[in-house]
Amino acid sequence: MTPLPRWADVVLLPLLNVVLAFLVGGLIVLAVGQNPLQAVGIMLYGAFGYGSGFGYTLYYTTDFIFAGLAVSLAYHAGLFNIGPEGQAYVAGLGVILIGLALNGMHWALVFPLMIVAGALFGGAWAFVPGYLQAKRGSHIVITTILFNFIATAMMGFLISRVLKPEGVNSDESAPLEAITRVPQLRTFIELFKNSPVNLTFFLAIAALFFVYWLIWRTKFGYAVRALGHNPVAANYAGISNQKLIMIVMAMSGMLAAMVAVNNVGGVQGRLILNFVNGAGFVGIAVAFMGKGHPVGVGLSALLFGILYQGGQELAFQMPGITREMIVTIQALVILFTGAMGDMLRAPLSRLLTRPDATTGAK
Amino acid sequence: MTGLNPTNEQRSSGTAASALAIELVGINKHFGPVHANRDIHLAVRRGTVHGIVGENGAGKSTLMSILYGFYTADSGEIRVNGVPQKITDSRHALALGIGMVHQHFMLVDNFTVLENVVLGAEDSALLRPTLNRARDHLKQLARDYGLEVDPDAIIENLSVGQQQRVEILKALYRGAETLILDEPTGVLTPAEADHLFRILGKLREEGKTIILITHKLREIMAITDEVSVMRQGAMVKTLQTKDTSPGELAELMVGRRVLLRVEKGPANPGKVLLDVKNLIVTDDFKVPRVKNISFQVRAGEIVGIAGVAGNGQSELLESIAGMRDQLGGTISVNDKVLSLEGDDGAARARAAGLAHVPEDRLRMGLVTNFMAWENAILGYQGSYGEGLGLDIGKARSTAEDYLKKFDVRPANLDLKSSNFSGGNQQKIVLAREMERDPDVLIVGQPTRGVDIGAIEFIHNQIIKMRDAGKAILLVSVELDEIRSLSDRILVLFDGHLVGEADPATADETELGLLMTGSHSDQVITEPGTLPAHETPMQQTLVEMSPKDNSGRDTN
Amino acid sequence: MESYLVDITLILDSTVRLAVPLILACMAGLYSERAGIVDIGLEGKLLAGAFAAAAMSAVTGSAWLGLLAGIAAAMMFSGIHGLASITLKGNQTISGVALNFLAAGLTTFLGQSWFKRGGYTPQLSGDQRFNPITLPFANELREVPILGQIYYELISGHNIITYFAFIVVPVTAWVLFRTRFGLRLRAVGENPKAIDTAGISVTRLRFQALVITAVLVGIGGAYLSIAQSAGFNNNMSAGRGYIALAALIFAKWRPGPALLVCLMFGFLDAVQFRIQGQSFPIIGEVPVQAIQALPYVLTVILLAGFIGRAVAPKAAGIPYTKER
Repeated sequence: MTPLPRWADVVLLPLLNVVLAFLVGGLIVLAVGQNPLQAVGIMLYGAFGYGSGFGYTLYYTTDFIFAGLAVSLAYHAGLFNIGPEGQAYVAGLGVILIGLALNGMHWALVFPLMIVAGALFGGAWAFVPGYLQAKRGSHIVITTILFNFIATAMMGFLISRVLKPEGVNSDESAPLEAITRVPQLRTFIELFKNSPVNLTFFLAIAALFFVYWLIWRTKFGYAVRALGHNPVAANYAGISNQKLIMIVMAMSGMLAAMVAVNNVGGVQGRLILNFVNGAGFVGIAVAFMGKGHPVGVGLSALLFGILYQGGQELAFQMPGITREMIVTIQALVILFTGAMGDMLRAPLSRLLTRPDATTGAK
Repeated sequence: MTGLNPTNEQRSSGTAASALAIELVGINKHFGPVHANRDIHLAVRRGTVHGIVGENGAGKSTLMSILYGFYTADSGEIRVNGVPQKITDSRHALALGIGMVHQHFMLVDNFTVLENVVLGAEDSALLRPTLNRARDHLKQLARDYGLEVDPDAIIENLSVGQQQRVEILKALYRGAETLILDEPTGVLTPAEADHLFRILGKLREEGKTIILITHKLREIMAITDEVSVMRQGAMVKTLQTKDTSPGELAELMVGRRVLLRVEKGPANPGKVLLDVKNLIVTDDFKVPRVKNISFQVRAGEIVGIAGVAGNGQSELLESIAGMRDQLGGTISVNDKVLSLEGDDGAARARAAGLAHVPEDRLRMGLVTNFMAWENAILGYQGSYGEGLGLDIGKARSTAEDYLKKFDVRPANLDLKSSNFSGGNQQKIVLAREMERDPDVLIVGQPTRGVDIGAIEFIHNQIIKMRDAGKAILLVSVELDEIRSLSDRILVLFDGHLVGEADPATADETELGLLMTGSHSDQVITEPGTLPAHETPMQQTLVEMSPKDNSGRDTN
Repeated sequence: MESYLVDITLILDSTVRLAVPLILACMAGLYSERAGIVDIGLEGKLLAGAFAAAAMSAVTGSAWLGLLAGIAAAMMFSGIHGLASITLKGNQTISGVALNFLAAGLTTFLGQSWFKRGGYTPQLSGDQRFNPITLPFANELREVPILGQIYYELISGHNIITYFAFIVVPVTAWVLFRTRFGLRLRAVGENPKAIDTAGISVTRLRFQALVITAVLVGIGGAYLSIAQSAGFNNNMSAGRGYIALAALIFAKWRPGPALLVCLMFGFLDAVQFRIQGQSFPIIGEVPVQAIQALPYVLTVILLAGFIGRAVAPKAAGIPYTKER
């Protein structure tokens, strides 16, 4: 089989896979007697049609960018981190602890500290599986899954038994004061009224540029990619695989931790049970769909932002369709872009090389 | 399953056909753009040992895999006992009485011998009757052919030689009348190889047909009746072994007179640049592979390590290069002892002035998914750019320079390394390691899987490095390569240095005996290295190995 | 004394009930992983089986048809898994993860579309469920101290799937170690090349394993929704697929130990309800979450090699390709 031209490999094939995933999703919607095109229309309206909808779209996108980058960074080192969900959850603890400690102070001081504290907690939660992989050979996929469950139990205990103030009924921590919270964009921009998108969104955009630079423009990134493609060659090149695995996992956890800054620091202003709400898992789909490249991750995060916010709208307007359809789409995206990503490679290669044969190969 | 016994099988026509066990007619096979087998004709007479020789990549293994049904030919015909057969899969080949012993054994490591033997040839849905029958059958085969193996032993506890016997038993158990052996002696100790040849002799006496694939001419001359030579996917010629000579075969294999000696002047050894003292190294399973070795390499000389593959060469190279922890001893480069901390020893070795062309470029020397320019800095990435950033411009211009100097084709910086041919990949690695002006260069199997044209180029580059005053350690399983390049030859056997020879005066037979450990006691060697296997160190090593590896650590 | 005995019997009884889906999913995973296919997707297959069983049972009124539907749904999921990871040689873990999301999304989505009860299926009763079976003489022996009570409470009074689950374990051990199929299954998970060169199709063997996986995990799912409970609710597998996977690793891919580990995890599940709010001597009150996390923590410790070593089948996770 002749290799695909670069543009087809990088753009066309992933795009076709995504289209395929959505086609299958559309067929499922059709199968339950609903009109998928109408659904798409409603979703697009919900995501972009009015200010707060757009704000929500960007809020979801923020979460998904961080989670997607977390999965992507680890994947470049050959590590499949299924744990951003738990890493973000634990990071919430760091964010709320610093927030409560400095409660009442101005956000301009607290916001950077929330980032640091969240990163420390999330990074530590990812570092342990990294350490176990590097030093003890425990498989990262299994340990990160297990750590998600352990995080759920641990955080459940801490929130309901330790952080819950006296006299409060629901399981949640004490709230942050308004001035301490990460400011929401609606305070500056009228368009985003009633929507939770906040300053963390710009942090997410910055993270996209940062990860691009890190992976493709630094010696560290070179080492990460060498490790991901061929660990033996990395060892040959004098790279400490063990150290790198631990560092990359910690950094991956730090990226996931920013989901907590967005939600705990910016949206809820308190630590509530299960605030991550699947965003960490969406990161897996975002990473595969975006092929681990920040440009792709940014676009896929936006697409899932649209799906999540539009799905909310959909649930109002078409009672036959629930938001869980989005989880189905998410699954189909992982399936077609991740697991079966090369299915169309051979036919595409035949299709593209046939005209080449007559015009002369380049 | 019953093997097809040629004596009770109906055959179509006369004696000419019946004398042939296997006939291949016009076999063609492509792998993508590679024409691995072109129009191959081959006739193998029953009851003979038929050798097939050729260089690496000549298409021998592919051809045999087609006969065995592991691949299907694009075109051509296979005749078994004169009858045309369409062999669709290995099971079909087995049913026709064709068995194969692969170069890399196809055994399940945590199964017993018995389980491996019956796998795929069970009589019924329940195992017990099959296992009982197989046990009896194995006893009989052991008696008939000298193939003794404990049927209840677990494969991973057996020596390589014993594992190979299991492979042969597998084939015989399935009623094989024709047995294909692919490079069977590559991993064997000399004693094991001898044993194998005795077994093959017995099999021939019993009327079995044997096809022996090898690139070792000595083996061809010793055991075969006929020999076919392959070159670049084509069948060159079939000869009676008794009418030919190694020289003629070598010429047919390579297609021109072999350049046995590389042009080089006398060595001019200077100060010691690489100093290895009492080195002990284990493999991934903590089995000692290098057992108390000491030697030195001086500036301006090439020291060749000769030995049969699997005698500790890989571990020696990887340990010197900083990739593998050692159990004892020191390695000094430029009088600087290399530290062992962490798993980034290779970086420190490079910093000390050592460059390493690894044995296996695809597994180690290259990231095949990387583009050419990225691989051109592998191992030296730290020196491209200040601070955290990677200076891509500098990397690319360096890479461009390398590709030009070493005539890498195509000279495309952005081509994925997996899309280069073996020779060109090797040139990228060599350029990277040689052009950084190291003091010490260690080279493993520099021409493995490399086409003839590139071999000469690579050899000349190595000589050039020597003349520039570098200390070069060369490890190769190709004795000719060692002899033509080295200024001194050290012989490695079973993890010990068992002798030193001067390539100018060394007698091939003597070297061969050393490499195979048959002579080690009588040979005068470098003081202090022998008789190493009688030192107390040997005792410790045996105690250290996690389980009984008495068979394993001698291969 | 008497009341302690009753207490213990009751806890053991619910241990059995809670262990059944784990046992079935664990045995299902055993076939798949022994054949060299890592099955992260057990959770999704379990959930899909539970939903399909409840939906079919609600519509047709037959628990048996529900069971078949559960198996069929798991089969479909296994089919996708096989297509992606065997036929297309894709990444087994990624396709498994995809299956888990697919199940989570589809079951709720279809449940809402079909039944309009917020993802729940209608309550099931009577023949729509697998009901407890009273073993012979259970009632008569009930009054016999200890043995009779154990027989009545612990052994008798379970549904048919429970008994099936306990039969599956020895049968699996027998298949694995005493039959031709088992030999080949173990071989293909360790060294598929050995199978290929013996003339046996690696693809077919692996698909066969996936079919068995689907049957067992489908029955496990059906147990959740139409035997243990009376209907399906959102995400009702609640991580049991992952726990089963952890149990499989813990048992080092062996059927007998796997049964014990599943029972142990089931026991932990059973006691967490009982100890809630209770204070113990010395240690005081044990948080429920600590018990919930225990199986996962134990598995992490095992994986880290602090208590023995869990070595997976050698070829697990690697798609088989004939190489040049």
